[in-house]
Amino acid sequence: MRDDVFSFLANLLREKSGLALPRDKEYLLESRLTPVARKHSHETIDTLCQAMRGGRNLTLENDVIEAMTTNESFFFRDTSTFQVFRANLLPALVAARAAAKRLRIWFAACSSGQEPYSVAMILEEERAKLAGWTVEMLGTDISKEMVQRAREGLYTHFEAQRGLPIQLLAKYFTKEDQGWRIKPPLRERIKFQTFNLLENFSAFGNFDIIFCRNVLIYFALNTKRDILDRMSRLVPSDGALFLGGAETVIGVTEKFLPHPGHAGIFVPAQAAPALDRAVGQ
Amino acid sequence: MWLIVDDSRVIRGIARGILENLGFATTEAEDGKQALAACVQHMPDAVLLDWNMPVMNGIEFLRQLRAMPSGKDPKVFFCTTENDMTRIVEALETGADEFIMKPFDAEILTSKLALQGLA
Repeated sequence: MRDDVFSFLANLLREKSGLALPRDKEYLLESRLTPVARKHSHETIDTLCQAMRGGRNLTLENDVIEAMTTNESFFFRDTSTFQVFRANLLPALVAARAAAKRLRIWFAACSSGQEPYSVAMILEEERAKLAGWTVEMLGTDISKEMVQRAREGLYTHFEAQRGLPIQLLAKYFTKEDQGWRIKPPLRERIKFQTFNLLENFSAFGNFDIIFCRNVLIYFALNTKRDILDRMSRLVPSDGALFLGGAETVIGVTEKFLPHPGHAGIFVPAQAAPALDRAVGQ
Repeated sequence: MWLIVDDSRVIRGIARGILENLGFATTEAEDGKQALAACVQHMPDAVLLDWNMPVMNGIEFLRQLRAMPSGKDPKVFFCTTENDMTRIVEALETGADEFIMKPFDAEILTSKLALQGLA
């Protein structure tokens, strides 16, 4: 791939979606954008780029960004994270919000929906503690296709088995010809919409918990810092941010602090002592 | 020790490969009756169990296993082409711990083992 073509694509992805693409990931551009070029009747990625240069071809840009987005997801990914959520964080928040009886959770990179539905299943299992509560769940993703999949809640034979206990499959899914679909009551609990994390998200309001797992790893340091700093303004002192098990805020932002012993869970910096109580340390 | 119960030698081989790669010892049976005999000799820690087999099917094996002394101990994972909800519910009510629908791969099996604290 020519240097100018690589630079054009790398700049486009960074500016429009935050994705940072080092030169050693050139093979990803080749493998993922060749089908996009063919779909739009371009023989090569070079001519695809020519079509995007200078003009505002949003459809093409969106297809390029969607193709370069990694959408790996499965139910209860990193099981221990969900165990901590259910056993420690949720009871602490239920106690702290006993008067308002309201919880808000944002899944900032929800992909095809397995993560929000995993949490929705936990909340349903804990419904006795949440009687009379309003729990708002928002799932967003940059990919229109993924958001549509999340809304549909339909999973293939393989997706429905990966990480999902059979008892929960039996309880919350129905079998269809094309796979397994989340039952309507659970599907209707989550609002899904497309959203680009580079945009201003303050209008979403505050969230007790934000899940933003396994997405910031693809972003440049400055972009990560900007997103995390803005998220810190939405999370109350007893709330939490969930990142991927291998992700950290150290060296990125001082607005969140990691919880020792719970990889992937972070709290607003001013609330570090409260976290120990919340997770029962 | 895992007991792999399936009348297909190919499936037993695939399952054995995945489980041994994860560090488990395995033994095999071709039907429910052979599997029960193996359990009398040595109760396994876990069973990977087909449903449709000659001589004795998987659900009958599970019923008899759970009635044996120490028969409630092994984790039992059905691994079958049966995938109707009624079958899944029947398996759970009979005492299965997990249910894997064929075709399966190493990722599915590993994730199901993790759910039971075995991987």
